[in-house]
Amino acid sequence: MDEGDQDGNFFYRTDYAYDAGRGLSERTVRHISKLKGEPDWLLSFRLKSLEIFQKLSMPDWAPLAKGDLDYGSIRYYLAQEQLPRRNWEEVPEDVKRTFDRLGVPEKEKKFLAGVEAQFDSEMAYANLREDLTKQGVLFVSSSEGLRDHEKIFRPHFGTLVPSGDNPFAALNGAAFSGGSFIYVPPGVKVAQPLQAYFRINAEQFGQFERTLIVVGEGAEVTYLEGCTAPSFETATLHAAVVELVAMAGAKVQYVTVQNWSNSVRNLVTKRAKALEGAEIRWIDCNIGSRITMKYPALLLAGERARGEVLSISVARSGQRQDTGARAIHLAPRTSSQIIAKSLSIGDGTATYRGKIDVAPGADGCRSHSRCDALLLGEKAISQTFPKIHCRGGNCTVEHEASVSKISDEQLFYLRSRGLDERGALGLMVNGFFSDLIREFPMEYGVELKRLIEMEMDNVRIGEGTP
Amino acid sequence: MAATLALRNLSLCHGERVLVKDISLDLAGGEVRVLMGPNGAGKSSLLKAIAGHPDYRPSAGQILLDGVDIKELPPEERSRRGIFLAFQHPVDLPGVSIGQLLKSARQARLGPDETLDVVAFYRELYGALESLSVDRSWANRSANDGFSGGERKRCELLQILLLKPFFILLDEIDSGLDVDGTALVANVLCRLREAGTGILLVTHSRRLLDALTPDGVSVLRDGRLVRSGGAELAAEVERDGFLAIAGERNG
Repeated sequence: MDEGDQDGNFFYRTDYAYDAGRGLSERTVRHISKLKGEPDWLLSFRLKSLEIFQKLSMPDWAPLAKGDLDYGSIRYYLAQEQLPRRNWEEVPEDVKRTFDRLGVPEKEKKFLAGVEAQFDSEMAYANLREDLTKQGVLFVSSSEGLRDHEKIFRPHFGTLVPSGDNPFAALNGAAFSGGSFIYVPPGVKVAQPLQAYFRINAEQFGQFERTLIVVGEGAEVTYLEGCTAPSFETATLHAAVVELVAMAGAKVQYVTVQNWSNSVRNLVTKRAKALEGAEIRWIDCNIGSRITMKYPALLLAGERARGEVLSISVARSGQRQDTGARAIHLAPRTSSQIIAKSLSIGDGTATYRGKIDVAPGADGCRSHSRCDALLLGEKAISQTFPKIHCRGGNCTVEHEASVSKISDEQLFYLRSRGLDERGALGLMVNGFFSDLIREFPMEYGVELKRLIEMEMDNVRIGEGTP
Repeated sequence: MAATLALRNLSLCHGERVLVKDISLDLAGGEVRVLMGPNGAGKSSLLKAIAGHPDYRPSAGQILLDGVDIKELPPEERSRRGIFLAFQHPVDLPGVSIGQLLKSARQARLGPDETLDVVAFYRELYGALESLSVDRSWANRSANDGFSGGERKRCELLQILLLKPFFILLDEIDSGLDVDGTALVANVLCRLREAGTGILLVTHSRRLLDALTPDGVSVLRDGRLVRSGGAELAAEVERDGFLAIAGERNG
């Protein structure tokens, strides 16, 4: 298969060797930890997280209350095998069949330096090009990171996203499994991207991967993540945590193309710390899911560190994309740039929440945010909540926002050139996102354009007309 | 190739207001017909109605393309059958590059199983850009976005060259153009006419009229066709004004 079935709305019946059952209790948490053979400190971390989860409530602005999900009916750990294979031939047949259909091995051959593929709770496959392994690059599952590289793993684990941050970070802390651990040694520049692919296959299931990326001084890497799930009648939960540390002068790009099916509640906490002169770029595209809450954060902790968030979201009827960005300037002369573009279709709601915070003493910082919203349909909603708190001296902090519609005049112009209404809307929507998409790694720009076109294909005429 | 475009007793209303009343016109391939008239006479409304603008639906009459009434067809279908409206004020299309726009428009003219030969398309696009003395980088510019008046008109001409319509409706294609720009337009239109394209032209430009020597001139006033004639009618309008022309009909 060449392009792969990237819509991902299919599943093969699978027998799981490991199943922690439904519901979350101390017993479940102990069970998961024991299955994974974890050290005591990690079990304590999980139990502490569970305690926090039980106490914390969601902030009142959240589009999803904690009680909106039935935690007792969800399955928290489902796996066929606990550790990933290094060779596709060894991956269990039904799992491999799924990733084949999604086109993952094909892409690995074409343009990736390494691939990991998570199936429900665990990584089923993880492989890195040999030359990079020789240079000391690590690209393994979080279980392997813990087991084999504790010295690098443990000092960073849970530091950027503590379990007390929000209920879903706490839930992740209690139940996490899967996710990537990446380490790039100082000075090593990984030219081609590393990709992780997350697949939810099971119904009434929660996926709680935890990814940790540590990039040494002057090192460079691009990490891509993609995801799909079949569409179920019942709610599926995805609550991931990502922590990313860029040492002095490192350059890291983290690209997400979120294409979950519309039964998925996607509640993800992502945070990156940049030390002196480091550069971090979050590219965050949210096309799928029923509800997404995700605000990738930049902690600019070293002088002259730079951070960027490029965010694209598409909210179709019934969807809520509650996304945004945070930039915390902790050191002088740090800079951040946020560009967010959203499309709301039908009665879809796209929300931008931004927070720019410049700490006292962080002088000479610069921050620029721009939010553009495009509305298709009378009931489409766009919301923008920027917060700016600047306590540093001599800083420049700017925020711009725009909301637009596709005008009747534009539609007629394009139709008078031979495009039907759907084609005309699609062209305008792609045009709206085009300057951001140009910033993406090429293969992903192409995929994203295709996904947006697919969303536009699904728009009923009338739903989208201005 | 479509050979005739005809309006038969065409009327247009916008709410209660009558925009155009009982207009009949004939245009054959290779002919140039000029529509003249004071502001608000209904010239632009008429062109939009022919192109299928949803706000300018005929209340009576027919729009015949080779004898087939197209007045119920959506604008995209009329475009695919060979009608092209060059706008007086082309709208900005931010983010939509000229290359993409034309590629999509060309693709829309192919059958469901056909795909555009992209290489050949770009060769043709670059050739057309060159013939209009504009840079190749135009292919990547957002259509009309931030364009000067003259650039917008060139962009309309470019689309005509790439989409090869049988009948073109030009709404003040010369407005906002300097001497060289007008000469370029005249030159392109002459070539198109020689190749058999029918041209319906709303203009007041003496220079353009001289260059083209129209086959017919029609004068519109208050939504009605008050006079039709040959090229000499344009000169008469220029000399005596619209009032005199309309008065003559009434007198």
